[in-house]
Amino acid sequence: MKQTSRITSTYSADTMGVCSALFELGGMTIMHDASGCNSTYTTHDEPRWYDMDSMVYISALTEMEAIMGDDEKLLGDIEDAVRELHPKFVAIAGTPIPTMTGFDFEAVAAVAEQRTGVPCFGFATTGMNTYIHGVSMAFETLAKRVVKDIKTEKKKELPSDNERQDVQEESFSKHTDSNQYGSHSTTPKKLKVNIIGLTPLDFSVNGQDSSIASWLESENFEVVSRWAMGSTLEEIAMAGEADVNLVVSASGLAAAKVLFERFGMPYAVGLPIGHELPGAFADLIKTKVREFKEADASAATFESREISIHSGIFLAGSDSQNSAAQNATAERKNTTDSVQPYKKGFTAIIGEGVASFSLANAVELDLGIPAKVLCTTECPEDMLRECDRITPDEDDIIPELEGAAYIIADPLYKPICPPEAKFIPLPSEGFSGRLYRDEIPNLITDFEDFLKKRCI
Amino acid sequence: MLQIVVKEKGMLKKVNANENRNNVEIPQVRIGDAEFPQPFRSGLEYASPARGTWNIVHTGMLIPEAHEIFVCASCCLRGVVLTAAEMGAMDRFSTVEIREHNLLDGDMEELVIEGVSDIINKLPKRPPAVLVYTSCVHHFTGVDLDMIYERLRERFPDIDFTDCYMNPIMRKSGMTPDQLMRSRLYTMLHEREINPRAVAIIGNDLPTDEDSELMYILKSNDFIVHEITSCKSYEEYQEMAESAYYISYYPDAVPGGDMLADRLGGKHIKMDFSFDYEEIDETFAELAGALGINPRKPSDISDARRLCEEELVATKELVGDTPIAIDYTYCTRPLGLAKMLLTHGFNVQRVYLDAVSGGDKDAFDYLKRKYPDLILSPTVHAGMRFAQTANSGAGSKVLALGQKAAYFENTNHFVNLVEGGGMMGYEAIYRTARLMREAFETEKDMKELVGIKGLGCEGGCCS
Repeated sequence: MKQTSRITSTYSADTMGVCSALFELGGMTIMHDASGCNSTYTTHDEPRWYDMDSMVYISALTEMEAIMGDDEKLLGDIEDAVRELHPKFVAIAGTPIPTMTGFDFEAVAAVAEQRTGVPCFGFATTGMNTYIHGVSMAFETLAKRVVKDIKTEKKKELPSDNERQDVQEESFSKHTDSNQYGSHSTTPKKLKVNIIGLTPLDFSVNGQDSSIASWLESENFEVVSRWAMGSTLEEIAMAGEADVNLVVSASGLAAAKVLFERFGMPYAVGLPIGHELPGAFADLIKTKVREFKEADASAATFESREISIHSGIFLAGSDSQNSAAQNATAERKNTTDSVQPYKKGFTAIIGEGVASFSLANAVELDLGIPAKVLCTTECPEDMLRECDRITPDEDDIIPELEGAAYIIADPLYKPICPPEAKFIPLPSEGFSGRLYRDEIPNLITDFEDFLKKRCI
Repeated sequence: MLQIVVKEKGMLKKVNANENRNNVEIPQVRIGDAEFPQPFRSGLEYASPARGTWNIVHTGMLIPEAHEIFVCASCCLRGVVLTAAEMGAMDRFSTVEIREHNLLDGDMEELVIEGVSDIINKLPKRPPAVLVYTSCVHHFTGVDLDMIYERLRERFPDIDFTDCYMNPIMRKSGMTPDQLMRSRLYTMLHEREINPRAVAIIGNDLPTDEDSELMYILKSNDFIVHEITSCKSYEEYQEMAESAYYISYYPDAVPGGDMLADRLGGKHIKMDFSFDYEEIDETFAELAGALGINPRKPSDISDARRLCEEELVATKELVGDTPIAIDYTYCTRPLGLAKMLLTHGFNVQRVYLDAVSGGDKDAFDYLKRKYPDLILSPTVHAGMRFAQTANSGAGSKVLALGQKAAYFENTNHFVNLVEGGGMMGYEAIYRTARLMREAFETEKDMKELVGIKGLGCEGGCCS
């Protein structure tokens, strides 16, 4: 039966996702909840809780406040806390009871902002979606409200039409200098990139976030901001300076789309895992951004720009033109979109969409073993191949594991896995919390080790 | 048993995410200026990393062989699922997840009945008892719980069902979730013949110390003592129903004792956990009267008091004027403990609590008069987020009694004990004194220890 779990865990919820996304940014995040969400978040979802003084609270909603619609209590408490604790912003995230009582998060946030003078964001999370949904909402709001429109601001700063013309020309000449992008440039200038979709729920605190940044730097990119591990709110505000966004989990996609809408900034989706993929991925990003810039520069108006990569550069997916994995596997057999190889002897990967996708491609490319993704959290449909499945419930997953030779998943999935398949534990804080934190590998740097240790 | 490791891999360092932290005033009040029972105003609430107190999953698992099924939204399920996982008890734990469409579809009853049935049918072995936990959502949608349990009992006549609740929104409306949970533990006891020499100690998460006066008195008077913490099978649990007396000394256990007396016909004896000699004598005298046994001899009482005094003197000699902090998770009478220590010359400087319980009212009044400079600090006030950081460079050695005090004071010298730890009577005094000496002399890994949920649960009582 759907919605039941006999023996497996549950993913961290959207409410906690908001907290995790905003944790390092100096704000105050309030879960509008009676009790329990805060201790759950701080115990199981937030490995930074002990070592970073971030302000995450609950509103301590009571039955009478909920029934009487007493929003004034929360507003007063926010005012007091802002006065005492000086956050850079306030975020209010929802839980089931405010959802049921029709609490208007945006309106309350607007009133709170008016009263405190501090930016306030309302997130109508329900506590009934996975953390991906909440992280996504938070990053989307950052993209809409925090990221500065640097180009417009710079234009405003220009004193005269002549000088503006000079700057525009200089800018255009940058864009049209195709030699500065791509790995074959003789005097390469670095492409600027934002990494979007980083939280410990997907990447723990074992250095994977920094490894992604290091990989980008080694591929001659310059990292502008990291959403949201390792960057300040001020650095994220400058994300508009980047040339491209790298979306490293499904939670980064909504923000990337906003930045595309606002600045025409393209985005790539995927993680640099394995031996063959990362280089191909970096090259594809450079090539596509170069093509994009050229198209951008020759366009007369924003509306008429022909943007060939408007749907993003996927590491893998249905759009073969934009898939690094499919480009890299063009000459390979048995690793195509066909369903057939995934009936028996395949690897099943259970988990978050983007990470699982990237891992599946790495397994296929480096080991030649078909790998299918069982995506257990919210994931864009167009990322899925024919063989992959969205499997939110225990009963969705179990039949898909039949015939698997290997299963890569969080250890709390093991009880539902067929014993004949080799189980390869890949813990995720988003599923098992702190339980296996010390066993979470850094897949960016240690992919080969990860597989070798587990004898795949 | 799964090992909980909360150590980071050296990737994090103490970081101040709030640049204005230095301007934050850490909330506190002199007890001389404090109001009963709420010394602090309510507002946004913080959760410290100290997690040793038990939750409703731990407590429910005290019923041997029982299976727990939580029916909640995922944000509520998350904490309880991982509690079970950290206990190594996932095979006794299942969930039914409420999704957004269920709020609109009006199928909440069906979801509970069919979800619970589906899980039971998939279990490898039929459990004798199932605890079904519903949540705030069911309360607010007016779900017909009576009908749900009626259907489940019809479908599974061989299983005992009980209604449990994860509805923290009701914590200020009638019985608290903790009181409810401690009473639900005994609803599945089947009526049987009463044994006049059988006693059940009820409502404790932790077993009563075997060398406490309570156990000594009961056993030396030939009573059979039942306690859920020592039951190894569902049948053994059922034997509690033979008890002629139900003894509670944990305040939140009282409604459970009253319920048992109403339903099974035994007598509920409410005892007071205390650090005050007179009150201890009084509560044991009442016990003797209720059980129809001889009261303790004066010589026994004077011996117990002398032992306490000797232990306290030895402890004071060792710890001297070391600042002492206490928190409410150590025991149900933190102010009573502070009073006892202060009157014996200890340098108790601070007590962490968010409210003063009725049982601590006399101690509150006494300390307000005699020790008005004693500091009360909250644990959930928003400003407490920065308390530990503020103490990180303090340098002086603090002896803490309780995990929250240890965390906020940032000290590795602490007594790691929650919910009274099974202490009762004079034993609570001399054992506390001994534990203080041990904590003073031996450092503990505070960060590692306070993060473990349900202190004492890993000892086998939940297995």
